Amino acid sequence: MTGAEAGQRDVRMTGAETGQLDGRTTVTERGPLPAVTYDVAIIGAGVVGSAVARALARHPRLRVALVEAQDDVGQGTSKANTAILHTGFDAVPGSLEARLVREGARQLAAYAAESGIPVEPVGALLVAWDEEQLAALPRLAEKAERNEYHAARLLGPAELYAREPRLGPGARGALHVPGESIICPWTTTLAYATQAVRHGVDLHLNCRVEQASRQDGSHVLKTSRGALRARRLVNAAGLHADTLDAQLGHDDFTVTPRRGQLLVFDKFARTLVHHLLLPVPTALGKGVLVAPTVYGNVLLGPTAEDLHDKRATGSTADALAGLRDKGRRILPALLDEEVTAVYAGLRAATGHDDYRIRAHPEQAYVTVGGIRSTGLTASLAIAEHVTGLLTETGLDPGPERELEPVRMPNLGEAFPRPYQRPDLIAADPQYGTLVCHCERVSRGEIRDALAATIPPRTLDGLRRRTRARAGRCQGFYCGAAVRALFEEAGA
Amino acid sequence: MRQVDVLVVGAGPAGLAAARLAAAGAGRVEVLDREQQAGGVPRHCAHGGFGTWSRPLTGPAYARLLADAAVRAGAVVRTGVTALDWAGPLALTTVSAAGPETITARAIVLATGARERPRTARLVPGTRPAGVYTTGELQQAVHLHRQPVGTRAVVVGAQDVSYAAADTVRAAGADVVAMVTELPRAQTASVRALDARLRRGIPLLTDTTVTELLGHGRLSGVRVHHRDGRTATLPCDTVVFTGDFVPDHELARRGGLPLDPGTRGPAVDGVLRTARPGVFAVGSVLHAVESAATAAREGAHAAEAVLAALVGAEWPDGVPLTVDPPLRWIAPNRVTPADRHPYVLRTAALLTRPVLHVTQDGRLLHRRPLRSAVPNRTLTLTARWTPRVDPKGGPVRVSVA
Repeated sequence: MTGAEAGQRDVRMTGAETGQLDGRTTVTERGPLPAVTYDVAIIGAGVVGSAVARALARHPRLRVALVEAQDDVGQGTSKANTAILHTGFDAVPGSLEARLVREGARQLAAYAAESGIPVEPVGALLVAWDEEQLAALPRLAEKAERNEYHAARLLGPAELYAREPRLGPGARGALHVPGESIICPWTTTLAYATQAVRHGVDLHLNCRVEQASRQDGSHVLKTSRGALRARRLVNAAGLHADTLDAQLGHDDFTVTPRRGQLLVFDKFARTLVHHLLLPVPTALGKGVLVAPTVYGNVLLGPTAEDLHDKRATGSTADALAGLRDKGRRILPALLDEEVTAVYAGLRAATGHDDYRIRAHPEQAYVTVGGIRSTGLTASLAIAEHVTGLLTETGLDPGPERELEPVRMPNLGEAFPRPYQRPDLIAADPQYGTLVCHCERVSRGEIRDALAATIPPRTLDGLRRRTRARAGRCQGFYCGAAVRALFEEAGA
Repeated sequence: MRQVDVLVVGAGPAGLAAARLAAAGAGRVEVLDREQQAGGVPRHCAHGGFGTWSRPLTGPAYARLLADAAVRAGAVVRTGVTALDWAGPLALTTVSAAGPETITARAIVLATGARERPRTARLVPGTRPAGVYTTGELQQAVHLHRQPVGTRAVVVGAQDVSYAAADTVRAAGADVVAMVTELPRAQTASVRALDARLRRGIPLLTDTTVTELLGHGRLSGVRVHHRDGRTATLPCDTVVFTGDFVPDHELARRGGLPLDPGTRGPAVDGVLRTARPGVFAVGSVLHAVESAATAAREGAHAAEAVLAALVGAEWPDGVPLTVDPPLRWIAPNRVTPADRHPYVLRTAALLTRPVLHVTQDGRLLHRRPLRSAVPNRTLTLTARWTPRVDPKGGPVRVSVA
């Protein structure tokens, strides 16, 4: 089932649930685009593009379009990463990235608490397995200080094993970074986009920008769904940011897709590990991490493979075997558990040490390129930075308002899920009727997701919003029932 | 907190059979199932092979028969109720549309079944397209929800369940492009394998593994690799991963019940007692998987022991019962001298005229020649030798000579 088959839901009139004054929200997935000239068009509805859209939504006079090539928000690098809310302790001191990560981390932690995005402050341990890695730890501790992060502390083996008793033998010591957290990256992007749409931003899905050009002082985007005009353009196209940049005559950076394959282990593995176990970066490269997830699984990965194909999101046998070998050393008992999911994400590597955020005032254009794995953490600060660049280069944003908060469905195990809430079940028994048993997803949650401001277009979209089918059986029990609910809603 | 006499988790053949017989002799017997319909996996096995020789049934008819029989015997069958976790040695927390509830019991029977390992657990690389099924999902899609399943399917596996999956694909109007097994032959009755190949024209690729899934959005093909090094791409829009069952042991693990390292299900003795007094386990959670008839028979055996436990029968320890490679597992997997029900075993390798030896501390307890042993097919072993087991001795081992 593709999004197109899921039924036409172009303009959704869902005023009752929105915070927008006129109560109308616009999410389109097919057909021609509105024949208006937007004040700002943002290309790419990943975590960065959606954050920028949300920031601009504070200005009710602006007409803003968020344009996405795929059938959902957060479909590129934003959905397939290691899901860490960083402190920025190891950024390049003095860089733009260091500042935006530091500011963004604080903002996102507050936003997550307000919006119901699951975050767990588990802390990180950078575990040294040999002399070289051990020698690197004090330098990392010092770098953390220079990044204004003062809580990092060196641990000897005894303290390390006390904290992580299931760690494999041979660890020499660790750097403890208590501020590193895990987060749901998917809910973060959806929260930004939902809030933006509820405050009047038009979201256009399945809308691939094929050519960007300028006519009569406006941008004219030739898209897979026809022309879209905008006075100003923000390039948040992630892996494709360099292509769009080149169409506008720039040659600032080249994006090399760097594939990261990850294994997601069964929830039974969650009790084996208490912190993010990060590799110590050395001259020989970066190892792999073992990370709990907010959903209660354990991640192992990623690989780092520089590729040419920006669609190569497949996993490979060699990489999976390699990851398992490395994981066996870090946390031997992990390998006794089943693998629930395997995925591969492409990071937008540019060969530069910092973000490539550039304003081109003469073109009324801002590029937000080279946003690396820290982009999720920095997203709210990046959005403020980009908004600043737009106004500095002539955008008159008009009056500003506070945004109505959003409240996202909780997918995290550290917070009560609907099936654990007697109050909710008493008010609506559908929250006590479980459909996906492995992840304990209720019929009520599936119904809510299907009726949300930005509804899923595919079963995968429904899975990301609810975790239905994301568990250890991968649909053996519930797959057909979940599909039936999805198709019922689309009919 | 509510109190029952016997609480059964799982309304499949094993759980329903246990409940039916327990209800005949105990007070309140309650069966919980998280699905909306009782019956377990047979609910979506829309083919024959269930029931008895004298009264053959389809899966759904068999499921109804078992559920009706349990209710007629006085058991309370509650569907749409999930057992979440333990609230004590003999107490479970549950949730349903009616809200949360804690139920305590004098005996608990775990009948939580088994599932097929999905593509991810099998570590089959490639993209993540739509069109990837297990037999369980496929059968429910086709038989319970009448969903379309594509047009060309590859079935991974060549055991009984794989042939059932192939039938389901065809019932949905799609073609089976090929069946693929890493073993050198099919693991089903030869008449069934021949029928699929000759009458239905489904090629069977032996000694072959699926090495990659292809396609963005929808599956476009699977890459296969033969033991001799040849590779090929089979164009298809659907792939069904069959067999490779694992017990659904979440509740057993949450309760800290010791698992058998071979089956990965709870370790039980010959009357299906787990290590915890009052807690029994029956059906596919013990041995993923055997036939529905075997599961139902076990449920009945366990019911006798449940009733005995309710009137204060002792809870002996038993000694571990283990297998040596190439045998994979045996169930039950603890033994007491009083045990009398037959055992089921599995082999990892094809064996011709193997002889099973049962020994304890180097002492031969039993010797049994077999005609053959085929992976993924049931081997049975009688319990006639159990009176010779020394309950104070070491583990009993089953090996192949």
